Amino acid sequence: MIEFLIEAVIKSAIIVLVLLTSFAYITWLERKVLARMQARIGPNRAAPFGLLLPLADGIKLIFKEDTTPLEADKFVYLLAPILAAVPAFIIFAVIPIGDTITLFGRTITLYLTDLNVGLLFIFSITSIGVYGIALAGWSSSNKYALLGGLRATAQMISYELPFSLSVVGVLMMVGSFSLVDIVKAQNSIWFVILQPVAFVIFMICAAAEVNRSPFDLPEAEQELTAGYHTEYSGMKFALFYAAEYIKIVAMSALAVVLFFGGWQGPPIPLIGSIPIIWFVIKVFIFLFAFIWVRATLPRFRYDQLMSLGWKVLLPLALANVVITAIAIVLRDLR
Amino acid sequence: MESIFFYATAAIALIGAIGMVLSRNAIHSALFLVLNFAATSVLYLMLNAPLLAVLQVTVYAGAIMVLFLFVIMLLNAENVSVDSHLRWQPIAALILGGLLLVETVVTVGRPLPLNPAGVTPETLNQLADPRVLAQFLFTDYLLPFEVTSLLLLVAMVGAVVLTKARPAQKRDQRRVRFADQVEGSEGASAVMSEPQGENRPVA
Repeated sequence: MIEFLIEAVIKSAIIVLVLLTSFAYITWLERKVLARMQARIGPNRAAPFGLLLPLADGIKLIFKEDTTPLEADKFVYLLAPILAAVPAFIIFAVIPIGDTITLFGRTITLYLTDLNVGLLFIFSITSIGVYGIALAGWSSSNKYALLGGLRATAQMISYELPFSLSVVGVLMMVGSFSLVDIVKAQNSIWFVILQPVAFVIFMICAAAEVNRSPFDLPEAEQELTAGYHTEYSGMKFALFYAAEYIKIVAMSALAVVLFFGGWQGPPIPLIGSIPIIWFVIKVFIFLFAFIWVRATLPRFRYDQLMSLGWKVLLPLALANVVITAIAIVLRDLR
Repeated sequence: MESIFFYATAAIALIGAIGMVLSRNAIHSALFLVLNFAATSVLYLMLNAPLLAVLQVTVYAGAIMVLFLFVIMLLNAENVSVDSHLRWQPIAALILGGLLLVETVVTVGRPLPLNPAGVTPETLNQLADPRVLAQFLFTDYLLPFEVTSLLLLVAMVGAVVLTKARPAQKRDQRRVRFADQVEGSEGASAVMSEPQGENRPVA
């Protein structure tokens, strides 16, 4: 019992530290990549290639004045950034980044826990994530923030349905909610080949769930200044920022686990097979793709966003479920 | 260890429930209710029912309460004063609540069979597996399951019917909207008044 607790605490600490570091460096990567795509140089002052820029950002944010609007609902205003950031971290409790390794004579699993309802757990946590944004918009007592919060709520509720439904096809093929089982079921063939439609729906909804461009209407600068976090400054603002980027990492990791065979891959020449190397490479490709999309696509209009979610993605996801079910029954009949 | 954990969680659930009833602000009430749901879900986890716990959070906290919050925020109805025609409600609630309390005391006071026919710890553990639960739902309990889904469908159709404006009303609405535009205040007021009118019957 005690041993199990110690192991869990160490693992959680490592996960949180790695996520925070990756958050800092994804902001750097995003600036660099965006700059290259727009024929600029990007950050290059703090250390070579601006590598220390995230650190400089962090110091700046800590020393910024922490303001609270006079009319704000003080407690909810304080609660909102926490409610936004915590779920983003919790998602990683069930994401497996590798199988097992042996360290100091102990067999250690490279995931915090393997729930038999793992995937449902992820969906329930992402659905909780809406609260942070909605409450931030409401408690600031600022019309732009409120409109941003309302938009975010409507958007996230609308895209949650196709988001969950897109995964049902994969679930039916594996017959388990456990993410470890899902990865192991992709031993011979990745699900992206068997479930291409589900993958496309999943990626579109993932971008919408994390309010990422081209679905970043909740923070559309031209209309809403900064949307739901208009009134936030300093570290509270940083928490919203962290929540967004860590959710992007989580969605990338989830896409890798569900559709791209998770940690599995052939040994790499020269390096050999390090347990988590393939997982890291695949997640990095997805992170890059998210940044690439942001640099490429313009923002949707709000009515386009809603009709895409309800009239295109939802029926498509439902049809995918039905067709997969028929295919599985036919396969079992043979 | 387990009992400490139970009492802590139960206390949080109670705080959530009491806070929900007592707070004057509708948003605060909604948040307290979410706290209550979260605590209940932890209780389910302690009873070795992870599926139920996860569904509790997804359905109640993640879907229903978010919609409540959305409607409260949209209608700007944080501080609704008690309408005069709702005065009888506290009294009715008090009577019904008292009845429920008596019922609970009577039921809990009587020694219950702790082991209903055929239920062993093993079968209970099996119920933690979503596969087993689903099998029960789609075989032994198919009829109640389908009837429940039908009930939800009826509620949904009802909501759609209620929000659909009657022909006469629609004409009025169009006239109002036209008047708004003529006055030149087509921006915020017209956009805001539209969802308000459509949502009121449901809320």
